[in-house]
Amino acid sequence: MSSEYDITDTLDVKGQSCPMPIVKTKQAIDDLTAGDVLEVVATDSGSISDIQGWADGTDGVELLEQVEDGDRYTHYVKKAA
Amino acid sequence: MSADTPATSADDSEVEPETDAAELQALRKRVDELEQSLADLDDGDGPKKMTIVATQGSFDMAYPPLILASTAAAFGWDVVVFHTFWGLDILHEEKSENLKLSAVGNPNMPVPNALAAFPGMDRMATRMMEKKIDENGTATIEELIDLSLEQGVDLQACQMTVELMDYDEDDFYDGVTTGVGAATALQHMAESDIQLLV
Repeated sequence: MSSEYDITDTLDVKGQSCPMPIVKTKQAIDDLTAGDVLEVVATDSGSISDIQGWADGTDGVELLEQVEDGDRYTHYVKKAA
Repeated sequence: MSADTPATSADDSEVEPETDAAELQALRKRVDELEQSLADLDDGDGPKKMTIVATQGSFDMAYPPLILASTAAAFGWDVVVFHTFWGLDILHEEKSENLKLSAVGNPNMPVPNALAAFPGMDRMATRMMEKKIDENGTATIEELIDLSLEQGVDLQACQMTVELMDYDEDDFYDGVTTGVGAATALQHMAESDIQLLV
C-alpha cells in the first residue's frame, strides 16, 4: 500500500461516476503547483483506465501510482514542472 | 572473451569493430533525431481540437456530447459543441431540466411499444432513468453543462434553429454562444482532430 508520497491534497470522488473523477482531478491539479502530489480516492472502477488515459494524454501531469483496494481506487497524480 | 571485444563481432571477423561502433552511433543519433521531429510534429499545433454537433434533445442523447465535451476539456483540448434542432433543448435553461426519455421505439425498454405509447409512459421511463442516474453517482445534465462552460467548452446554439423553434437568446444558459450558423460549425470541424455528430 501507499503512501510514500508527500501528498499535497486529497480529492474525494467516491460515489461519483464518469466523467466526474477525471474532470474534478483536472480541476484539482489546476489549483496545485509544480511538484505537488494529488491523491484521488474513487469508487468508479473505470477510473483506473480513465485516469491512466487522461494522464497519458495531458501535458504537465504524471501518474505515480494506482492502488486498488476492494471497490476503492486510489490514484496518485503529480503535477509536473 | 576479452573485455574490449564487442560481443556482436565475435562470429563476424570480416567487420571492423570500430566501423560497427561508429555506424551504431550514427544510427542511434538518426533515431533520436527522427523521434524528436516526430514529437515536434505531434505537439506542433497546440492542443487537440474536437467539434461535436448535437442534434438530439432526448434525455439519453443529451449525455454523450456533454460527457465527451467535459472530459475533452479536462485533457486541455479546445472543444466546440454545435447544438442544432432538438439539441438546442440541452442548452435551454428551462427545457434542459425536463428532457424526456422516449419509451416508444426503444427496444431496450422493459415495456412493449404498444404500451409505451400510452400517455405518461415517457415520463415514467424518464423518472426511472433519473433514479438510476442518481443512484449511480452520474452527474445531472445541468452539472455537466456548468462543468463544460467552467472549463471553457464553447457551447454554441445554431441561430437558424433558435429562430425556427421560437427560442430567445435569453432562454439559454449564460455563456452559451449564439448567432452562429453552419459555416461556423464547418469551420470548426475543418480545424478539428475529432468531429462527431450526435
